Amino acid sequence: MHDNAVFSHKVLPYFLIAPQLIITLVFFIWPAGQALYQSFLIEDAFGFSVEFVWFENFIYLLEDPEYWNSVRVTFVFSALVALVGMILALLLAAMADRVVKGAGAYKTLLIWPYAVAPVVAAVLWWLMFNPSMGVLPFWMDLFGYDWNHYVNSGEAMTVVVIASAWKQISYNFLFFLAGLQAIPRSLIEAAAIDGASPFKRFWQIVFPLLSPTAFFLLVVNIVYAFFETFGVIHATTLGGPGSSTKTLVYKVYEDGFVGLDLGGSAAQSVILMIIVITLTVVQFRYVEKKVQY
Amino acid sequence: MVENRPWLTVTRHLVLILGVFVIGFPIWIALVASTNSSSEFVSGLMPLWFGDEGFGNFRRVLSNEERVLGVSVSASWMMWNSFIMAMVIAVGKIVISILSAYAIVYFRFPFRKTCFWLIFLTLMLPVEVRILPTYEVVASLGMLNSYAGLTIPLIASATATFLFRQFFMSVPSSLMEAARIDGAGPFKFFKDILLPLSVNNIAALFVILFIYGWNQYLWPLLITTDEDYYTIVMVIKRLMSAGEGNIPWNIIMTTTILAMLPPVIVVLGMQKLFVKGLIEQEK
Repeated sequence: MHDNAVFSHKVLPYFLIAPQLIITLVFFIWPAGQALYQSFLIEDAFGFSVEFVWFENFIYLLEDPEYWNSVRVTFVFSALVALVGMILALLLAAMADRVVKGAGAYKTLLIWPYAVAPVVAAVLWWLMFNPSMGVLPFWMDLFGYDWNHYVNSGEAMTVVVIASAWKQISYNFLFFLAGLQAIPRSLIEAAAIDGASPFKRFWQIVFPLLSPTAFFLLVVNIVYAFFETFGVIHATTLGGPGSSTKTLVYKVYEDGFVGLDLGGSAAQSVILMIIVITLTVVQFRYVEKKVQY
Repeated sequence: MVENRPWLTVTRHLVLILGVFVIGFPIWIALVASTNSSSEFVSGLMPLWFGDEGFGNFRRVLSNEERVLGVSVSASWMMWNSFIMAMVIAVGKIVISILSAYAIVYFRFPFRKTCFWLIFLTLMLPVEVRILPTYEVVASLGMLNSYAGLTIPLIASATATFLFRQFFMSVPSSLMEAARIDGAGPFKFFKDILLPLSVNNIAALFVILFIYGWNQYLWPLLITTDEDYYTIVMVIKRLMSAGEGNIPWNIIMTTTILAMLPPVIVVLGMQKLFVKGLIEQEK
């Protein structure tokens, strides 16, 4: 720590920290406070009258089956995005970890989707899944499966999950690969000498040692699926068919900017903040633990 | 390799090649689509091999000939907007984060802990969570439809500040003491010692933040109504809303390629630094 080595200027540090602090206060803390305040108000659509209603917005929200549908959709969506993205990434990382020839080329060819915007990923998969001329429904048709994500909610969910997970595979891959390469070779060699097969070695030695990385990625992927996939939904399903892909963030946007329900949207924002805070705390607990060990 | 099992090596390569193929397939589709005419996308099966419209598609999109993009600005102009947004966000975040981390680590002042916690809080408030009130603040400051509105509200970043803080704390304090004995003030110490030591961190962070800025979607969508400030990522969605059957897929995919190109070049060009920085950032 730097307890003994510090400069003794009195005013300078305030100048150094001022830009970040001002932006934080104006564009983060103030709007968050506003959201909290507005969540206790009901305003009519024209802004003529405002009424302070305590927790009415929250009660209304929690009694609304549409809201609970959105909660359910978000959890299913996030769990699927995290699982699909992580399982595929782990498989590829486990293969790449032991490849001697061409390791660099594989890495390059697998990491570039990190740079692709979620909305762009969504548009690519939306075209490939297009029911009337997309290549994937064409192939499915050969097996007698009739694909139409405009009417089938499970299929719509499948498209947005695949598009969101596809983009995230590279990120997960890099972390799993780094995690695998940090495992001491001597452990694996010892198991090999004892006669453990490669698959047994993976499940009984490598996988448990990888669990901190996996847990970290789980949190990151859930945060990603919760908050960064607005573009995926907005460019493709628009929350449909019905409300089958309407995630919480999409609903905040829709109720606030399209429905102009300020109080309801603010109440949803407050609930989302509570979710982010919980996830961040979980993540930091984990970081602290890792530091101690 | 622990032992030699040829079939296992072959399996590994097969799985990886399959992975590369599956991951890359959407790009193949996009490249192919950008070289075909729109009539190929009406019914039947979409084209899976290159057509001869590629040059024409890119020319029409880049210059917005015949208003193919449905807006009054060209793709080249929107790429310029995206570039400004990405650069201002990346450079701005790095500058204000490195300064605030410097203040927090190398100075002791009243309310230091409070400042730290206020910055820490921003980690928990992504823009998606507080969209409506942030929009209202930006609107009341008259920053709608401006580069300032596109960038400044996204510039504060707790992550970058944390990264620099962690890094500064790992710099041996003897360096600082030596510099002080030699009569170096805070500016000289920062410029001549800390900044050169941080070059790797800055470069890795730049890649991550450039991509973050370039790929912004919700924020520009909300605060721009003037087409002069549209970004390339936004316009793709506008083309999508043409209605089933009328969607100009060849134009969309040409635009998509253009929207992907700069961030992909940045990632692949700075691959080593980026991978190192990404993994270290989370430690």
